[in-house]
Amino acid sequence: MRRCTVPVAILLVWQGVVASGWVPRASLPSPAAVAEAWWIWIFGPVTSLSWYSGTWGLYVLMSLRRVIVGFAIAAGAGVGLGVLIGWYAAVEDLFDGVINFLRAVPMTAWVPFAVFFFGIHESAAVFLIAFGSFFPVVVNAAAGARQTPRILIRAARMLGTRPRKLLVRVVLPAALPAIFTGLRVGLGLAWVLVIVAEMLAVQGGLGYALWSAYQFSRLDLILAAIASVGILGLGSDRLVVAGAGRVLRWQRGLTGL
Amino acid sequence: MACEILIACRRLGKSYHDIRHGERVVALDEVSLEIPRGQFVTVIGPSGCGKTTLLNIVAGFEQPSAGELLVEGQPIQGPGADRGVVFQEYALFPWLTLRQNVEYGPRERGVPRAEASEIVDRTLRLVGLHGAENRYPHELSGGMRQRVALARVLVNDPKILLMDEPFAAVDAQTRASLQREVARLWAETGKTVLFITHSVEEAVLLGDRVVTLTPRPGRVKDDVAVELARPRDPTSPAFNDYRRAIERLLANTAAPTEVSGG
Repeated sequence: MRRCTVPVAILLVWQGVVASGWVPRASLPSPAAVAEAWWIWIFGPVTSLSWYSGTWGLYVLMSLRRVIVGFAIAAGAGVGLGVLIGWYAAVEDLFDGVINFLRAVPMTAWVPFAVFFFGIHESAAVFLIAFGSFFPVVVNAAAGARQTPRILIRAARMLGTRPRKLLVRVVLPAALPAIFTGLRVGLGLAWVLVIVAEMLAVQGGLGYALWSAYQFSRLDLILAAIASVGILGLGSDRLVVAGAGRVLRWQRGLTGL
Repeated sequence: MACEILIACRRLGKSYHDIRHGERVVALDEVSLEIPRGQFVTVIGPSGCGKTTLLNIVAGFEQPSAGELLVEGQPIQGPGADRGVVFQEYALFPWLTLRQNVEYGPRERGVPRAEASEIVDRTLRLVGLHGAENRYPHELSGGMRQRVALARVLVNDPKILLMDEPFAAVDAQTRASLQREVARLWAETGKTVLFITHSVEEAVLLGDRVVTLTPRPGRVKDDVAVELARPRDPTSPAFNDYRRAIERLLANTAAPTEVSGG
């Protein structure tokens, strides 16, 4: 009950502001108008008369697919390389400088390059998402692996673990809490980047719809697209948190995750 | 057989470079010690006397910078399951349950599943831990964690038990019960034990021998055989004679080298 109070209050104030005429209707549509546009966007018939009617499901799937593919690449590469960087000084020496340099460049600066290199094509979006969300994942995984308590390494050694197996037996599990932190940040970034990519580099998807709505001056659809992205971003974050809850069962009661 | 030397430290030295103070620190100097199979040896000394360094060298965690260490007449090759270590900080794997922590060693050594499960059961019974097997370390009390730490080492049937101030972090009552437990386990299993402590009472209570070390650099100050029947009574006059004698040894070593390190 308490959880719903603020969202409902925001909607009521919004409706009140629009209804009272303080803000011109052209600058801010009412929540009801947004809901109506959203309804048509989702359930309306697909016709050549409307650029958006009935396209929501397809656009959601397009954005989702780009996020899933890009983020999967980032997660796999980031966790793998990160743990190696955190554990082997030689790997850290090789990659640390490059990663920190690339990390300092905002991902949006790569958009023109990606469009030139890949063209208006799926791979441009996947590249931006994978490349961008790779950095928080790799940096957190490396930090987690680096902080493996030395005493646990020693414990494993005296229990019979051979040096080459320490990475899998001790370093990886010890790094898991940090890895999940990186995955959450990375996934959030993946949603930022899919919208940027769809606005500028590829066709279809929620970012594309957002940009089209802007060009047609459809503020109601802009707001509906924003809400859609919010719901998907929140949902995917919940999934990662649920996954972390299962994998980090041993931490229950120790952290707030 | 009674006199077979299991662990031989020959003029062991360990020095390292203290980066913060830019000086060479001698942790151990010319430490010679022979431990026969089956003996319970306690090592006591003021903090910073290198007693943990000695244990780390026997465990294979650190390399001596001088002298040699032989186990069964052979130099050791790093840490191994033949020398089980019980740490003060428990060092249990927090992502494994109690039972998985105990199973860890047998798994790593490639013991077949059925056999491993059997020896794990037996070991858990030995240390009185059945029942809480699916709990994670953070859900256990300090005393129980240390029992798990003991169990996961005993399950490997090591030749040597190395215990590094194992009961320093638990409350007095738990400590007393763990001490009794260790004395009982030692009597039952006949393991050779090297036990580091800073408690004189604990050293006399458990040790066949009490080795005292001097503060930096750590040298063997004295090596006292404790000839008291077990189980020992810490309130008996004979016990107190040993305690007084060892306290005096420690007091003599502590004073003159107490200089500020900067």
